[in-house]
Amino acid sequence: MSDARNQLYQIRPKVAPDGAELEGELLEVSMGPQHPSTHGVFRMDVVLDGETVVKLKPVFGYLHRNHEKIGEGTSYLSSMPYTDRLDYFSSLTNNWAYALAVEKLSGLVVPERAEYIRVITAELTRLQNHTSLCGFLLQDMGALGTPLMWAFREREKVLDLFESLTGARMMCNYMRFGGCRCDLPPGWLEQARKLVDEYPRFLGEFEALLSGNEILMARSQGVGRLSPELAVSAGVTGPMLRASGVDYDLRKVDRYGIYERFEFRVPLGDHGDVFDRYMIRVLEMHETLKILRQALQQIPEGPVVDPKAKLRGFRPKVGESYGRLEGPKGEIGFYLISDGSANPYRYRVRPPSFINLTILEDMCLGRSVADAVIILGSVDIVLGEVDR
Amino acid sequence: MIGTGIAKGLVLTAKNLLSTYTDKERLPTIEYPDEKQPLPEASRQFPMLIFDGEDEMKGLRCTACQICEKECPPKCIYIVKSKDKRVDYKGQNQFYPAIFDIDYSVCMSCQICVEVCPFESIKMNTEFELATPDRFGGLLVHKQQLAKSNAHYQKIHPTEAAASDAAMAVEKAKAEAKAKADAEAKAKAAAAKAAPMPSASPEASPETPKPAVAAPKMPM
Repeated sequence: MSDARNQLYQIRPKVAPDGAELEGELLEVSMGPQHPSTHGVFRMDVVLDGETVVKLKPVFGYLHRNHEKIGEGTSYLSSMPYTDRLDYFSSLTNNWAYALAVEKLSGLVVPERAEYIRVITAELTRLQNHTSLCGFLLQDMGALGTPLMWAFREREKVLDLFESLTGARMMCNYMRFGGCRCDLPPGWLEQARKLVDEYPRFLGEFEALLSGNEILMARSQGVGRLSPELAVSAGVTGPMLRASGVDYDLRKVDRYGIYERFEFRVPLGDHGDVFDRYMIRVLEMHETLKILRQALQQIPEGPVVDPKAKLRGFRPKVGESYGRLEGPKGEIGFYLISDGSANPYRYRVRPPSFINLTILEDMCLGRSVADAVIILGSVDIVLGEVDR
Repeated sequence: MIGTGIAKGLVLTAKNLLSTYTDKERLPTIEYPDEKQPLPEASRQFPMLIFDGEDEMKGLRCTACQICEKECPPKCIYIVKSKDKRVDYKGQNQFYPAIFDIDYSVCMSCQICVEVCPFESIKMNTEFELATPDRFGGLLVHKQQLAKSNAHYQKIHPTEAAASDAAMAVEKAKAEAKAKADAEAKAKAAAAKAAPMPSASPEASPETPKPAVAAPKMPM
């Protein structure tokens, strides 16, 4: 590496214990986009001093597919299946956030039963997203195989529920403006109750296997600290923010949908390190199960879609709206401007994992490469959403 | 103590391994090509076109209204409207698709076409083993391959098909009642007038460029 580049990164000359100056060079490593630890086509340009990260530049856009421009070119309804493909782990919360934005624009009222179905599906989404994230994160830490396979085994059960309700496992395309596409199939609620009853057993096993494990603690405690001040000023949301100890959950703050009817708590972390981020997700799964139990008990009968809603020739009033909700990864928001035509004039997505990614360098500086991998894992990114 | 975590973990893993022999719930894998998982009723893969009666091409419900072509998010449907018309199940003269192609390699199985179709014509098939060595031609499916009988639809989506059949029966009854009323009105007018008009009913007039917009939406 040239001297100019060394100057650029302002690295001190190495000094040996006997006082002699050593030849030191920085190493520039391009991690990704095909690196197994980068969770999709994501690249980190890492500058290393020995094994310590001195500079990190996230590079992305490999999966860019013009999502927002496509949204402006197609009708409101046609954008709905594209929102599935943003964060493909939690398609139902994306659907809901987009439907919220359009409902604000058009003034459609969601029936009671549809609100409950939305809460149930969104919480199931959160459950399976956090489950698989825990599996992936532990995979990054070197727990190869077992935790990820266990997580996927349980996630599969949630996906089966999605499939029998919406027809697809991941690309659900289920929410509609003013309600949901179809009613629950017979026996679905019983299956969901069975899943909710059995899930704590898996969570218990998972925690017994890992949460107290000394290797996990040694790898993750104190790693990748994020101060609450930095998190707030960078606009970080979701479990990342709550792990830093900031009490901000849109389900409590905005109370969108019918969340004020459910009793649940918002777990908060103390240190904002990788271990806290892992534990926040485990604890959130327990809270999610609480919400699910209440919702599955209270769900009323009735229609699932506003009778005023129409599929063809849908034209909302002129205006703008922002629909946001607490997705599994943070605040997912859709900003729409309508000029009264069949297509939105402006369609903008606020992707949580993209904004959570902006502070990656701050968390990784001074840590080793292996730590950078798990810090990235704990951010919980999905490249479909980051690149859009 | 160092190592207790590992020991605990290994005990749990061993328990899980052994329980796969006793508990069916703990063994989630199946031997795929030999053993297939039953698909849920809501399952969807790719669109198909429904036909009534015996002849695949004559019985197609599609009237080439091109709503699905316009609404399709990835724009994978290609329709060319016929020049002539034919009589549909309601006894009305309708266009039919001269060409109806769906590019399965572009289709993203979103079901929007099914929802917007006013004629109960395009529905989702559940067939998923579509691997082909011909990447372009093999996945560009023409109306001949897309045509599936209503019996097939009733088999794969019984509840949905029953609702669709009921909606169509209602439409047909409505159309018949209207045709009858029109015929009576016409007979009266003919009796009043000296020269009666040719026998085509007014709603089946050939000047209906957009039959889809005129037709009422049937509930799904």
